[in-house]
Amino acid sequence: MDVPITLTVDGVEHRLDVDTRTTVLDALRERLGVTTVKKGCDHGQCGSCTVLLDGRRHLTCLSLAVAQDGAEVVTASGLADGDVLHPVQQAFLDHDGYQCGYCTPGQVCSAVGMLDEAKRGHPSHVTADLGAEPDLDDDEIRERMSGNLCRCGAYPGILGAVRQAARS
Amino acid sequence: MRALDYVRPSTPEEAVAAVAGDEDAMFLAGGSNLVDHLKLGVARPGRLVDVSRLPLDEVATHDTDRGTVLRVGATVRNADLAAHPVVRSRLPGLSRALLAGASGQIRQQASTAGNLLQRTRCVYFQDVTTPCNKREPGSGCSALEGYGRYNAVLGASEHCVATHPSDMAVAMAALDTSVVVLGPDGERRMPSTDLHRLPGDEPQRDTTLAHGELVTGVEIPLTDLAAVSTYRKVRDRASYAFALVSVAAAVRTAGGVVEDVRLAWGGVAHAPWRARRAEEALRCGPVDEQAVAAAVDAELAEAETSEATTYKVPMLRGATVETLLALVEGEDA
Repeated sequence: MDVPITLTVDGVEHRLDVDTRTTVLDALRERLGVTTVKKGCDHGQCGSCTVLLDGRRHLTCLSLAVAQDGAEVVTASGLADGDVLHPVQQAFLDHDGYQCGYCTPGQVCSAVGMLDEAKRGHPSHVTADLGAEPDLDDDEIRERMSGNLCRCGAYPGILGAVRQAARS
Repeated sequence: MRALDYVRPSTPEEAVAAVAGDEDAMFLAGGSNLVDHLKLGVARPGRLVDVSRLPLDEVATHDTDRGTVLRVGATVRNADLAAHPVVRSRLPGLSRALLAGASGQIRQQASTAGNLLQRTRCVYFQDVTTPCNKREPGSGCSALEGYGRYNAVLGASEHCVATHPSDMAVAMAALDTSVVVLGPDGERRMPSTDLHRLPGDEPQRDTTLAHGELVTGVEIPLTDLAAVSTYRKVRDRASYAFALVSVAAAVRTAGGVVEDVRLAWGGVAHAPWRARRAEEALRCGPVDEQAVAAAVDAELAEAETSEATTYKVPMLRGATVETLLALVEGEDA
């Protein structure tokens, strides 16, 4: 069953017909050619396919495109302001927050979403006082980024990048 | 994946009618469990009824004949519920349980009702090439003789030893939560502990819901006891892993003895396990290591362990002792 949907991706509106079984991830990569978004495990375990969907970090492999009709998607390539990188992107460069780079777009989007959650006062599993403003120390960053795996093991660089972005 | 119809009704009543009238239909909310199951072939619906945009996304306090409750709509996201000011201040055990579950992304996506209704992560249930009575009744249980680290130790049957994977539901079981359900004949309420069932000889049924019944929300009493609740999860990794065992608890003492206590366990059974026998054993007695261990052992009197799950008994004892002792220490602070 094909259904017409609209997705806005990095500011560009796309109208397309999708089979109801198509995930947002496959619609982006296979139908719209947006290959910034990476397919890793395709089961919600690795975080490579993370985008910002209607402002929230979101696993595109675990949602159907038809159910996200009308959504506004921001991928890692939509974060920059022209030639000026987003502070999180710049921090990943400054800290070598990658090796092969495959997980990086997902890491970057996840970090942007996570920093916004922290800014709004959301606690995490390691927050000692649920009523306090979260202080993004290394344990907090590790916990809040635990949904993004890096099989190269570039975690020290990723941690340093997110730490820099959190303080900027 | 089978060809799939998709509808997005505009009212809960229409959603219920759409699923109740079609044996092949399923509700879709956040999708973080169901979409995975579609890919794996674990779920094979012919039609999805999308409830994610129904007006069921409110969190609000209500005065009822059972006291003040926090009413949480079915589609409230796990991340939003964990961060809600009333949950953080009055139901800290629920906030902690939600934050212990899944990953940041999944908590942004997953709904309250979907969390309750998520299915076991038993590896055989998720692998369609292996026998599993829950997925395919009568095919056998691969977990009995196979990989059993996550198997149940309470209330299992010869047909199924799967455990319920939710953290949130364990806290809700401890906090006397009611589940609000809409069916073709109207609305009903039940304790969350009556929503999930033990496997018996029908392990394919996780809950007591009839086909087409829609969880529209939950109601959690805002009591003084709930305001000192907590949740502790023991797992193989520091983050983003399912519970080996978990403990949701709240306790109030006076003069060194227990006035009131709530205790529930995760990772031990086909349903979140409200430990009523242990609660009974603890009432009117002290909260010390010996008393709590004895209460845990009373609850575990009928536990059945295998070589793979023996570890859960001392782990439950230790986690429950530490959790309750820390709560009592906190009372003095």
